[in-house]
Amino acid sequence: MIEISHLTKKFDQFTAVDDLSFNVAEGEVLGFLGPNGAGKSTTMKVITGFLSPSAGSVTVDGFDITQNSIEAKALIGYLPEGAPSYGDMTTLEFLNFIAEIRGYRGEEIVARVQHVIKEVELESVEQQTIETLSKGFKRRVGLAQAIMHDPKVLILDEPTDGLDPNQKHHVRELIKNLAKDKIVVISTHILEEVTAVCTRAIIIDEGIIVADGTPAELEEKSMYHHAISVRLTQDYDLASDLQGVSGIGGVVKENEENSFTILASNNDSIFSKVSEIAQKKQWPVTEFHVNRGQLEDVFRSVTSQSQGGE
Amino acid sequence: MKNLGIIFRRELVGYFATPLAYIFIVIFLITNGIFTFDIGGFYLRGQADLLPFFSFHPWLYLFMVPAIAMTLWADERKTGTIELLLTLPIKLSEAVLGKFLAAWVLTGIALTLTFPIWLTVNYLGDPDNGVILAAYIGSWFMAGGLLAIGSCMSACTKNSVIAFILTVSICFTFVIMGSPILLNALPAWLPQFIVDAFAALGFLTHFDSISKGVLDIRDFLYFTVFIAAWLLASAIVIEMKKAN
Repeated sequence: MIEISHLTKKFDQFTAVDDLSFNVAEGEVLGFLGPNGAGKSTTMKVITGFLSPSAGSVTVDGFDITQNSIEAKALIGYLPEGAPSYGDMTTLEFLNFIAEIRGYRGEEIVARVQHVIKEVELESVEQQTIETLSKGFKRRVGLAQAIMHDPKVLILDEPTDGLDPNQKHHVRELIKNLAKDKIVVISTHILEEVTAVCTRAIIIDEGIIVADGTPAELEEKSMYHHAISVRLTQDYDLASDLQGVSGIGGVVKENEENSFTILASNNDSIFSKVSEIAQKKQWPVTEFHVNRGQLEDVFRSVTSQSQGGE
Repeated sequence: MKNLGIIFRRELVGYFATPLAYIFIVIFLITNGIFTFDIGGFYLRGQADLLPFFSFHPWLYLFMVPAIAMTLWADERKTGTIELLLTLPIKLSEAVLGKFLAAWVLTGIALTLTFPIWLTVNYLGDPDNGVILAAYIGSWFMAGGLLAIGSCMSACTKNSVIAFILTVSICFTFVIMGSPILLNALPAWLPQFIVDAFAALGFLTHFDSISKGVLDIRDFLYFTVFIAAWLLASAIVIEMKKAN
């Protein structure tokens, strides 16, 4: 269990994280979202004990990250942003070093290193120096060191950044398989990733939590939740047919030709109503489906326009 | 402190994984040779000792040691590995000390490889080998002092060239502090104890007596405290500047 209570981190005058409080329990995969500069990386750096908090506390399984930092750090596997590693070492040397630091000795080191190499598929680059590796392989080396000691808490700062779609899929599978009795916190810009792997999402902006819930709960906050997308074979005035029907929030014409989105005004399903009308009025329909809501839309509506980078 | 050895080994192996260690050792040996035989007049003196060899060491270290020290922390910060290193379950002191010791052992290896000159002087005459051993140890401790300054300067910046320049400047100050040139330049009205204190802080004061075979525990204590103080300063700087 990670408990973060009233965490504040200031750099000179700038407040990167402002009185943040949340807990993460075993088995949860927490997606940490937010615009650039929202304080995602800073929060992760404090949780992992790299930066010390200006105020508030972080405990990992009861160990305070500032007072019992060694014990807390031993529970955490961390992939920092950009997956830094020692470029002049080979993959194998680097992972051996990490295994030793993580307390493995002798034969255990070999077994453990071989295990993680297999897990993230690094067999082909074992003997290459890390600086000669492609971005995707470097990221996987970073992942390998993070999962070396089968950590209880896994903190990954943009784990799939710069990977190709196959690698992304692989990393997500990996995270899902790991997650069963662990705590995983991942920060990401890719919203589909949240729906794919996370059981919970927190959106922060300017150091404050602006949304917290399961991906499905967040989707419900979208104006597109329960909305119906319709595609017609020819132009047709849907709006006049739907006028006066309760529960209809409006009709939006999409960029695509003859495509419309019918919005629900409150959180009720309008599917049966709309389909009834569509049959009665014989709309020239080719596509007709219900939206679950778009995370991207929620993300944009809860985060203010941020200026500048991280 | 169990991680100290692991970090130490990683760093030392790292020096030899790149050409850095080899270049350092080769240049060190060549310049040592030039200083001793050409400038120092090793043969002309007609004395069986290594005084011309050791008396150039402070000046040689002035440029060689900062070159080793400059990457100690600056590179960690530049490549972001500092974040990886300091989120591993290790103490900051283990990281600072491990890195320092690896660099110090590298200078020790370079120094040991000057042994042919010791063989030469033993072949040519009958030197006092006790004095020579003392001077070797003194020289190594002096290198350690300069390295500790370099460690701290390297922690101050992510640019290793800046670290190099800062280290050379500060090392230069400490090397010349005890030299007669500087002491004579001090205004005459300064009380003697200030002049003495000034001289006592300089490297040359301590190294000169060691290299002449005067093994005073205070000289070694000076270097040990000096190293400890600068390493402590390194740790404080690293802790303070982690965020940028």
